[in-house]
Amino acid sequence: MANRAVGAHPLTSPELAVGPALAAQPPAKPEFLIKDSTSQWADRTFQFAMLACGLTVLLLVYLIIYELTTKGTLARHAFGWRFFFQSDWDPVNDRYGALSFVYGTIVSSLLALLIAVPLAIGVAVFITEMSPRWLRTPLAFTTELLAAIPSVIYGLWAIFVLVPLLRQSVQPWLARYLGWTGLVEGPPYGIGMLAAGVILAIMIVPIISSIAREVMTAVPQQQREAVLALGATRWEMIRMGVLGNARAGIWGGIILGLGRALGETMAVTMVIGNRPEIAKSLFAPGYTMASVIANEFSEASGELYLSSLVEVGLALFLVTIVVNVLAQLLVWSVTRGTPARSHV
Amino acid sequence: MGVDIQVEHLNAWFGKTRAVQDITLKMSANHATAIIGPSGCGKSTFVRCINRMHETVPEARVSGQIRIGDLNVYNGTSATQVRRRIGMVFQKPNPFPTMSIYDNVAAGLKLNGFRDRRQLDEIVERSLTMAALWHEVKDALRKQSGASLSGGQQQRLCIARALAVEPQVLLMDEPCSALDPISTSKIEELIFQLKQRYTIVIVTHNMQQASRVAEYTGFFLLGNLIEFDKTEKIFTNPSDKRTEDYITGRFG
Ligand SMILES: Nc1ncnc2c1ncn2[C@@H]1O[C@H](COP(=O)(O)OP(=O)(O)OP(=O)(O)O)[C@@H](O)[C@H]1O
Ligand SMILES: [Mg+2]
Repeated sequence: MANRAVGAHPLTSPELAVGPALAAQPPAKPEFLIKDSTSQWADRTFQFAMLACGLTVLLLVYLIIYELTTKGTLARHAFGWRFFFQSDWDPVNDRYGALSFVYGTIVSSLLALLIAVPLAIGVAVFITEMSPRWLRTPLAFTTELLAAIPSVIYGLWAIFVLVPLLRQSVQPWLARYLGWTGLVEGPPYGIGMLAAGVILAIMIVPIISSIAREVMTAVPQQQREAVLALGATRWEMIRMGVLGNARAGIWGGIILGLGRALGETMAVTMVIGNRPEIAKSLFAPGYTMASVIANEFSEASGELYLSSLVEVGLALFLVTIVVNVLAQLLVWSVTRGTPARSHV
Repeated sequence: MGVDIQVEHLNAWFGKTRAVQDITLKMSANHATAIIGPSGCGKSTFVRCINRMHETVPEARVSGQIRIGDLNVYNGTSATQVRRRIGMVFQKPNPFPTMSIYDNVAAGLKLNGFRDRRQLDEIVERSLTMAALWHEVKDALRKQSGASLSGGQQQRLCIARALAVEPQVLLMDEPCSALDPISTSKIEELIFQLKQRYTIVIVTHNMQQASRVAEYTGFFLLGNLIEFDKTEKIFTNPSDKRTEDYITGRFG
């Protein structure tokens, strides 16, 4: 790291200063090229500064974990592991259980994956394998752009467009044809778990599809030709030669999307209904771990109340860290060590 | 059984550049035909026209006719139909890295909807045996991935993969250029045996190789077929000055 940085700046590098052209006539070596002591000093400083930057990141992670762990102690002592397995959230009587938030987070995220994964892979396949070349870059650029929209904007859009749409057309239709499953029944409020899942899906499609696109582009052309030469159709070539080889990386993208969905706060809070309940129907309102922290932190009066919220935060933090590490490892396994750009 | 390959007035373009120019020749069934010539003279492009791989390159174009047995390659059939009759082995071994050795060999059959387990086992063993790889991999068929083999083994795996679908023609584009002498001689021996059953077209930069494995040789230069004849004739008594210059190494 330090060496490369110095190499990029020839004037401070002793070896480069004596390049072939200069070495041919040593006496004429200009004075300003031989300030060894200064360059070494600059090198050290630079190295130290970069080391400090690197350490700062580690320190930050440590501080966050430390803070969350100490602040959550009270709740941990009061409820232990039961905290995560009971669902009554009752600030009035000072009894807290996070099950309904855990449930809401998991269900909304899985619902989002269910919708987003096929769509995102479809987009990636279209861009890398099927779209005419002139359309490729604009399409890829636009999908990346979707990832940059602030989540509060998604939330607003959901309230004004998605929720009415769900309420007026999608939910009645679902209830009529799939109501028997019990998963989509009850009054169609629009707002609720389904809306949260759909808005999350829209938000993670760009993440999954841009990673999928990246790993699919990394599949060597020879692999595609190998499948085609066996007499495969276009679709068989994509399935066997492209998706087959990019599988691990696509999984990485999916898990990265999951990480984003688990932690997403604003848009979800705006449409999920914010009620700590576990309902079978996706039409019912729910609550997620991230939303409850965002909503209730400022008004949490009691110490145990606050500590319980922090405990929810700690759990969310640990889960998202694990999920993201797993995702990065999978993506790296395909793109061979060149770290994937983070899209979160 | 192999079939004749009849090429008539074949031209191939990349965009505006014509890489193969008006080629007419006949490659006979159950023989090996070598294609030689300096780098960039259109050898790969030529063989890739035979199984219609050329058209997978954007902006690529072909004119002329190729007949493989009674199949008219560029008329009244689909590229997939053509490729199912033709096996291809590439310069760089390209096994499927996410599949086991077994699945690599069975890949073509599975594409054709072949599911019978017992028969699959048989064909995989037969193909690997033909490719002289069976004894080296028979204990790791399902455990090892295709990419875990050595380069020479990978190339023989690719040959087995191509043979498994029982093609009539085998195209080999510099199959030994990435291999050591021992693997090379194994593959040459293999080509010698495969001739009993297939029509083989092999591109090579190695003239000894051409003279060892092929009965016929075609010499390409700048997209043109300069000379096509019996291999001994090409190497001992070529009729064109340019062929002579090339094989005696006087060629720039
Ligand atoms: N994908 C491509 N796009 C554009 N031009 C190409 C492409 N591939 C090959 N060409 C051109 O077509 C000509 C023939 O190339 P080809 O690969 O057939 O040569 P070759 O005889 O196989 O050479 P080598 O012995 O190096 O493999 C070359 O001039 C090359 O520049
Ligand atoms: Mg070539």
